[in-house]
Amino acid sequence: MSLLRSFVRFCSMGGVMNRFAIAVTAILGITTVVFAQSGDPIAQRKALMKSNAAAAGNAGKMLKGETPYDKSAAEAALKQLSESAAKGPSLFPAGSDKGDTRALPKIWENKADFDARFAKLGQDAAAAQSKTGSLDEFRAAFGPIGQNCAGCHQTYRRPQ
Amino acid sequence: MRRFVILLLALVVLGVPIALGLVRPERIAGAQLGPHTPDLENGRVMFFAGGCASCHATLNQDDATRLGGGRELPSPFGTFRVPNISPHIEDGIGNWSEAQFASAMLKGTSPRGEHYYPAFPYTSYQRMRVADVRDLFAFIKTLPTVAGRAPDHDLPFPFNLRAGLGLWKFSYLDGRTFRPDPSKSERWNRGAYLVEGPGHCAECHSPRDFMGGIISAQRFAGGPNPTGEGSIPNITQHPDGLADWSESDLEYLLETGSKPDFDTVDGDMGLVVRNIAQLPAADRKAMAHYLKSIEPIASTRGN
Repeated sequence: MSLLRSFVRFCSMGGVMNRFAIAVTAILGITTVVFAQSGDPIAQRKALMKSNAAAAGNAGKMLKGETPYDKSAAEAALKQLSESAAKGPSLFPAGSDKGDTRALPKIWENKADFDARFAKLGQDAAAAQSKTGSLDEFRAAFGPIGQNCAGCHQTYRRPQ
Repeated sequence: MRRFVILLLALVVLGVPIALGLVRPERIAGAQLGPHTPDLENGRVMFFAGGCASCHATLNQDDATRLGGGRELPSPFGTFRVPNISPHIEDGIGNWSEAQFASAMLKGTSPRGEHYYPAFPYTSYQRMRVADVRDLFAFIKTLPTVAGRAPDHDLPFPFNLRAGLGLWKFSYLDGRTFRPDPSKSERWNRGAYLVEGPGHCAECHSPRDFMGGIISAQRFAGGPNPTGEGSIPNITQHPDGLADWSESDLEYLLETGSKPDFDTVDGDMGLVVRNIAQLPAADRKAMAHYLKSIEPIASTRGN
């Protein structure tokens, strides 16, 4: 967690560093996926969610005004989210509700709805790619994306 | 012996009426209210600040304005079942007068003159301004009517005796409306009002004593989840709490449900955020500003 936090902080240093951070995010994302493919689905989806949090973090820092707005960082975050939305449904195979997971059994009772939520996240994130011209434009586009995350967690994840 | 008998008589003659007077459900009379033109927009803000839908929304659907109730709230005293507060005439509050609604919100007293259980957070709602409560009533009256009643609470003896709540109220209900602190900014005061009054944040984010009252020395320091498993976080400025959250972190959470680590809140706080996200941005800013000023208090239960 602290690694993620320091990474998010690192990504927020702006300018050239920001672009460097995006490259690191991309590499990290690829490594995560490669690594995840060899693991069990619970570990795989946790890794996926962690990279989503990092992407949401890069976006959130700009929306909070903690880092200056950077169009390419916004686009990279959206790309990460739409790619991970495409992978999401396959990482919740039947029977993967057992183990160290907060995924609720409800997911498999409503798998079609669950998958549709990933699809909507993917669509919203892809559509937002053309709305990164300014911070305000990005803010308006990113709101519904965040609601996808929160809404699905609210419905399908055991509260802590 | 004779002196003792006299003393006892005096106690009975004076004490019983005084005691009954203290614990009798208080009401607000219609005549006390005076003229008022409802501001529906303000009523809407109060509705979402108050989180009415988090408990009263009809189960298994997403529309916050359908207030059919039915949610179960487990507690150490038994299970409470949340009533219908839609404007339905028979099943909801469609027949209520404004004064009856104000008595419920500010005094915890039902139209039948009974005490409400404090699972309904009137210990916080009593801080609300009467005008805000009246606007809220006007707003709720505009919402869809929903038929159906929730079953009664499921409470064992002696908690099923509402009369006993008079004593509880005597201990925990002071009847004071929010008083702004003139030494603080307008933003701080607005935030304090929303957090302490309609927002009723302390109701979950504070530990409770054996009587179910908030332990005031631990206010906002978190504690066991009153309505489920797990614990509720400390939201004071202590390192156990939100000391390392910035005001913009708090504001962003209240708007999006996203924490500084960019995971999202869920469970009851997820429902809270859905409501608070409907407020004007300035109100969330004010709440964040006030929360940032809460004195640090350590958690008692290592959460």
